[in-house]
Amino acid sequence: MVTTVSEHDTTAEPTRRDFLYLTTGMTGVIGAGALAWPFIDQMRPDATTLALSTIEVDVSAIEEGMSITVKWRGKPVFIRYRTQKEIEEANAVPLEDLKDQAARNANLAPDTPALDVDRSAGEGRENWIVMIGSCTHLGCVPLGQAGDFGGWFCPCHGSHYDTAGRIRSGPAPENLPIPPFEFISDTRIKIG
Amino acid sequence: MSGGHSTYEPKTGFEKWVDSRLPLPRLVYDSFVAYPTPRNLNYAYTFGAILSVMLVAQILTGIVLAMHYASSTAGAFSSVENIMRDVNSGWLLRYMHQNGASFFFIAVYIHMFRGMYYGSYKAPREILWILGVTIYLLMMATGFMGYVLPWGQMSFWGATVITGFFSAFPLVGEPIQQWLLGGFAVDNPTLNRFFSLHYLLPFMIAGVVVLHVWALHVTGQTNPTGVEVKSKTDTVPFTPFATIKDAFATMVFLLVFAYFIFYMPNYLGHPDNYVEANPLVTPAHIVPEWYYLPFYAILRAITFNIGPIDSKLGGVLAMFASILILFLLPWLDTSKVRSAVYRPWYKMFFWLFVANCVFLGWLGSKPAEGTYVVMAQIGTAYYFLFFFPILPLLGLVEKTRPVPNSITDSVLEKSGGGKPEAATAAPEDRG
Amino acid sequence: MKKLVSTLLSLAMAAGLGTGVAMAAGDSEYAKAPREQDWSFSGPFGLYDKGQLQRGLKVYIEVCAACHGLDRIAFRNFTELGYSEDQVKTLASEYEVTDGPNEEGEMFERAAILADYFPNPFPNVEAAAYANNGAAPPDLSLMAKARAATRGFPQFVFDIFTMYTEGGPDYLYSLLTGYQDPPQGVEITEGTYYNPYFINGVSLAMAPPLSDEIVTYDDGAPETVDQYAKDVSAFLMWAAEPKLEERKSLGFKVMIFILIFSCLLYLSKKAVWSRVEH
Repeated sequence: MVTTVSEHDTTAEPTRRDFLYLTTGMTGVIGAGALAWPFIDQMRPDATTLALSTIEVDVSAIEEGMSITVKWRGKPVFIRYRTQKEIEEANAVPLEDLKDQAARNANLAPDTPALDVDRSAGEGRENWIVMIGSCTHLGCVPLGQAGDFGGWFCPCHGSHYDTAGRIRSGPAPENLPIPPFEFISDTRIKIG
Repeated sequence: MSGGHSTYEPKTGFEKWVDSRLPLPRLVYDSFVAYPTPRNLNYAYTFGAILSVMLVAQILTGIVLAMHYASSTAGAFSSVENIMRDVNSGWLLRYMHQNGASFFFIAVYIHMFRGMYYGSYKAPREILWILGVTIYLLMMATGFMGYVLPWGQMSFWGATVITGFFSAFPLVGEPIQQWLLGGFAVDNPTLNRFFSLHYLLPFMIAGVVVLHVWALHVTGQTNPTGVEVKSKTDTVPFTPFATIKDAFATMVFLLVFAYFIFYMPNYLGHPDNYVEANPLVTPAHIVPEWYYLPFYAILRAITFNIGPIDSKLGGVLAMFASILILFLLPWLDTSKVRSAVYRPWYKMFFWLFVANCVFLGWLGSKPAEGTYVVMAQIGTAYYFLFFFPILPLLGLVEKTRPVPNSITDSVLEKSGGGKPEAATAAPEDRG
Repeated sequence: MKKLVSTLLSLAMAAGLGTGVAMAAGDSEYAKAPREQDWSFSGPFGLYDKGQLQRGLKVYIEVCAACHGLDRIAFRNFTELGYSEDQVKTLASEYEVTDGPNEEGEMFERAAILADYFPNPFPNVEAAAYANNGAAPPDLSLMAKARAATRGFPQFVFDIFTMYTEGGPDYLYSLLTGYQDPPQGVEITEGTYYNPYFINGVSLAMAPPLSDEIVTYDDGAPETVDQYAKDVSAFLMWAAEPKLEERKSLGFKVMIFILIFSCLLYLSKKAVWSRVEH
């Protein structure tokens, strides 16, 4: 009897029995996939990590020409009260000279050009610049007010950023990213 | 694991009883006693044994170190210092494990270059070679994660830079990076999972090593002449011939290893790793461990955009390609002659390749600026040109020297005996 | 074809080696190389000089400890410097540490005991930075291993054979004795001090800490900046690597064992292989 069954399976058209086997197999695969998901999913950022994703910073003590570095999502964030000279320097650069011409500002549309005003905290607050202090090359922390363009300089692989945090030379591909932030009052910034 | 028939003969009743139920003694006998090895192997062929010893040493020291190590960002650095200062013999075990990683890589590089020199990757040993490259990849992952565990400055920043590779890939890069890190930057979740994986991977390596040895025992070993084993006179039994030679070579290797453990334990490390990790302060130069330096130089050599690929992604792709190209080596080499001994041009390009790897390693330790970048670009270019097109072309145009008829021939010729009877002897019937 | 190949080869070699040598000669990215000193603990049989370590501890306590912590050293460790347990207990009792909470839930101060770690002058890094114009003085427990000037090629190859592992103390000694006026044309930031040996820039925030006769020695050693610097560097080497003596003495035994075993294995190997041509 067994022999006849297997002969039947290999020679004849697909039968209901084949369909049953196929369905059984597929169900097993779906089950295995569903079981694998929690094992993969557990590696994503957990709730405590996500809970620290918003911070508020008091900037009342920062005077012109001063910067502070705060920690946000494990990364340093530079907050700088820029001098008028720095703004003028940044404005004097034509857009075509920039290696990365996108503003990289999470508060604006992705295709916004990297004009100084769109890199800063916006109109009326051009003096303020808030950026993630993590080199867009490989994540080192650039040093402030250093390098060939008077902005930031990454000591790891030699990327130079200008006074608006835009990449000007070196291996980094993009401008220093601007995190989502807003001034909730004149002296407080909410990041995240 | 030997491919041919077994010569094991159980003597006692107990041996027969075991053999008919689980023929493990037979497997060991066939693989490590009767197994025929070419009689003309030189000391370059002892590194397989040395690597097995190093793997066991790393696993043993690692297991006991894990009994004292704390994988949290708050406690990791202190727990390592506790091992160094207060745990009984802790300093010894830690220095053995730390330097053991370096010596594991020294041995594996010699083993790989030996394979390249004598053409050990050629048919029918492609799978053997691919398994070896797989072990090497697993070793690199293990070494990288192990370096993060002491939670020093280089641990932290090395991990930041290397996980940063993934952000180079468009769209999927950043989610993958966050998934690997378990956060937005290298932090406690990263350290914990690296510890877990650092403990797991060596056992996976051990598993692939079993396959590697299995594949080796199916095809048999190559030898400096590159001529396959033809007759019984070409080989000697593994025990005692290979065992005693491997034991001697291993001891000499351990002598050098011990010199570093006891007299220069921090020579191969980086001073910055004795500074606890600080996410807000970047060290002046981030350098990986010495054994990754050639690849680090290749990563940083790509400073220009290639079409739609920007320099960052280009560097990452070049680095991955430099390792993955090793998988293709058996098919890139078109020469019919196996061993470099009879390939004068290949020999020259091979040694230049070795020198180039050392050169790239040196560049990897230098800052990526000025002439160093240009030199790294030249080195990277030769690295890839060696595999393609030099290797395939060489096989077509090279005039090779005459290859001996058999291993026995070449041995007797060398020792002046001159009795080439082996060539006419019946081929041994092992598979 | 062969000629072309060899031409290309020699060109590549010339380019590689030529620029390599030029770069090595003109390397100016690093600070001035530290001045190498004779240390009692160098070489395969080197041991710490207990008298020197005791003097170094005195310099640390009277000078460095005002700003720098030594977090990983406990009072009990000082018995390794040749002090008796009672001497160390007396030293410990001069320090106060925070303990608690007591039954009322309050933290309290008490005299330190042998098991306590050496108290840090500041409660945390932020306080240390605030008190020192923003630059927190680093902990010194591991400083002798955490600082070593890069040794260029080919020196780092020779170092393997000369067993040079004293880069840390050499650096500390050179830094402590290396303060000088900045050369003409070198601008330094206000509040920092020029030192050509400093690894992370041209000048550092630490003022020259030592001066002649600042610490009194009772064993007749000269009370000079040079001697202070040497003693405290040796002391910091001990603090960073307290197992150095144990390591070297065990190392000698292990090396002898492996050497004898290797010889025996070699002879056995020769005996086994004498049966076949190979």
